Amino acid sequence: MAQLRQIAFYGKGGIGKSTTSQNTLASMAHYFDKNILIVGCDPKADSTRLILHEKAQNTILQLAAEMGTVEDLELEDACKPGAGIFSPDTSGGWINCTESGGPEPGVGCAGRGVITAINFLEEEGAYEEEGLDFVSYDVLGDVVCGGFAMPIREGKAQEIYIVMSGEMMAMYAANNISKGILKYANTGGVRLAGLICNARMTDREYDLAWALARELGTQMIHFVPRNNIVQHAELRRMTVVEYSPSSDQAQEYKELARKIIANDMKIIPTPLEMDDLEDLLMEFGLEEEVLEEEIGKSAEL
Amino acid sequence: MGPESLEERQKAAVEEVLKAYPEKAAKNRAKHLGVGGPEDESQKTCGNVRSNKKTVPGVMSQRGCAYAGSKGVVWGPVKDMVHISHGPIGCGQYSRAGRRNYYIGTTGVDTFVTMNFSSDFQEKDIVFGGDKKLTKCLEEIDALFPLNNGITVQSECPIGLIGDDINATSKQYAKQTGQTIVPVNCEGFRGVSQSLGHHIANDTVRDYVFDGAPKVLGESIEPTEYDVAIIGDYNIGGDAWSSRILLEEMGLRVVAQWSGDATLKEMAQTTKVKLNLLHCYRSMNYISRHMEKEYGIPWIEYNFFGPTQTIKSLRKIAAFFDEGVQAKCEEVIAKYQPMVDAVTNKYRPRLEGKQVMLFVGGLRPRHVIGAYEDLGMEVIGTGYEFAHDDDYKRTKDEIFRSTVIYDDVNEYELEAFVKKLQPDLVASGIKEKYVFQKMGLPYRQMHSWDYSGPYHGYDGFAIFAKDMDLAINSPVWGHSKAPWESEGEA
Repeated sequence: MAQLRQIAFYGKGGIGKSTTSQNTLASMAHYFDKNILIVGCDPKADSTRLILHEKAQNTILQLAAEMGTVEDLELEDACKPGAGIFSPDTSGGWINCTESGGPEPGVGCAGRGVITAINFLEEEGAYEEEGLDFVSYDVLGDVVCGGFAMPIREGKAQEIYIVMSGEMMAMYAANNISKGILKYANTGGVRLAGLICNARMTDREYDLAWALARELGTQMIHFVPRNNIVQHAELRRMTVVEYSPSSDQAQEYKELARKIIANDMKIIPTPLEMDDLEDLLMEFGLEEEVLEEEIGKSAEL
Repeated sequence: MGPESLEERQKAAVEEVLKAYPEKAAKNRAKHLGVGGPEDESQKTCGNVRSNKKTVPGVMSQRGCAYAGSKGVVWGPVKDMVHISHGPIGCGQYSRAGRRNYYIGTTGVDTFVTMNFSSDFQEKDIVFGGDKKLTKCLEEIDALFPLNNGITVQSECPIGLIGDDINATSKQYAKQTGQTIVPVNCEGFRGVSQSLGHHIANDTVRDYVFDGAPKVLGESIEPTEYDVAIIGDYNIGGDAWSSRILLEEMGLRVVAQWSGDATLKEMAQTTKVKLNLLHCYRSMNYISRHMEKEYGIPWIEYNFFGPTQTIKSLRKIAAFFDEGVQAKCEEVIAKYQPMVDAVTNKYRPRLEGKQVMLFVGGLRPRHVIGAYEDLGMEVIGTGYEFAHDDDYKRTKDEIFRSTVIYDDVNEYELEAFVKKLQPDLVASGIKEKYVFQKMGLPYRQMHSWDYSGPYHGYDGFAIFAKDMDLAINSPVWGHSKAPWESEGEA
């Protein structure tokens, strides 16, 4: 049995992490026979719905709360096999799905929820499943607290893929996440494995993504072009691979899947200082040079 | 013992103790250790020590936390209210009934001090938030204990970390039921010691007992010219009771005790008294100052440990009232003098010249000195767990001789000081007790009087004297030796 690889997808909120990760993982299973466990680490619990063809999966924390404590929960209740071609009953790789879940916005502690859920999966042996090749964590927005850094601590995800685009805030987020990785890189061995550009088709996006990747010391592992077919597939709660295997977009995800499986470029990132990042954005026209005396001045004066 | 003076030995001990530290810690701790005396020149403190600062990491401090200051000290003894330890079970259970705040009432029916009410947080409450659970707790308390006169919510650490809004939950429930519900944001990680918890709790008394105008049960009092309140007496072993009888014999009316054996009603009515009598300055000066500012009630500090200080305090209090009270005050003093003489005659010869080192919290590091000195004993070291500069400043007035002053002393320092200065008695807290007893040293636990008390007033002095004699002159010490006594032996 090949060694288990643990990977994680991070990126700015709304960038398309969950969509990109599910389409990519679907390709890894379908085209390359990889067996995968998805661990959704977002209270929204939308990291597995395209694989399950469901609205939202019952989450570990929700089930634990209903039962009283997390100790009462069984793995079978919280871990569901994928639907259709991702089921263990069909040929090709399979995908198992779990969601940590968490509180509604504004209450409790979602970060602690992620920690609780991952501990539960480890203790219940979810990672020891026969034939498992990949564990993939899909983590919300930014590394805002210790809980959301849980997937990159020692013994967890070793390869991080940052989903980004050529927009300013996505670049900031990618740089911030790299800082988080750097913090844990020496203690836990986590590495940055590449940027995935989920293109918004902004000007010079490809070049900009590569420029940032080089600054961080990594690669832009794939440039995923924008295609409405992704949204069409999503309406049916499906991945493109299943919805339209012959489409160009399915080939893009297949290529990204191949690159991730073959990827051996895993580095400790070198995040940029704020000034350097702003210089980079200026170079690509995302920010404009402002005269010192104009800062803080209303346009109407 | 060498030829050098006590002060020289004390100064040498401080230097010696600091030598064990790495440079940075030594620099920090040096500011908290000193030698003070009655003629101390340090303007703001005593022995020039600094206080109310963060404890050095890595040492074993004797301090408590903000939750301890609010739940354990200020609010906990209020007997007709239920105090919820809001969070995981440990804080509530380990602080349960440990402080011996005596009270009159039927526990579980109309009074609740020794019970432990906890919201018993589980993992799911941390993740999903505990506001709904809190509402359920409040409802259950009202269903099971309908005679409670109000509920306080004492926050443990996780409440602040996950950002539960106990203030909104309490407000909503209070609105529904018309009850007094007091949310206290006294998370343990706030501040450097329990001291901040006292302050936070005092502020909630202001907001919810005074400004909140609680639904006071029964008739309210008709004010008289002789109404006083005892502030900062937690009735440990009955301390407030042995204090109030003296005030009553003097012709004063004690309207409220804060907060030993207290009710919400008497606290609410304190705004009508003529004078507030403040015993524990540290934990309740805030609310005393507030009542002075807002209701024009003056406050004076007093000390009911040992006859000398008790007599001084009785006269100080009487001076505030008319000649009738002052005359009765002298009668009270005269009445108890034979008792004082009997106690001193019996115990002084057995305790004369014995040296004591103290380390406690609140008011005791200075207030009990006089009681020891009345028995002929000499206090040669003292320090506070969580004092501020103003406590040390007040200490200067109560010490008799050169005294080592150690602020927030840790287990290493206290042990080292004791070994160097070799007192006959160590009087300190619960955590330190067995360290010194196992060293073969007489020890008294001065947090909650070692299951004894009261120690306040004349009755208290008799018990205090007996307890110190029991500790020092117990034949058991003849069978063990202090470390320095066995030096050189096999």
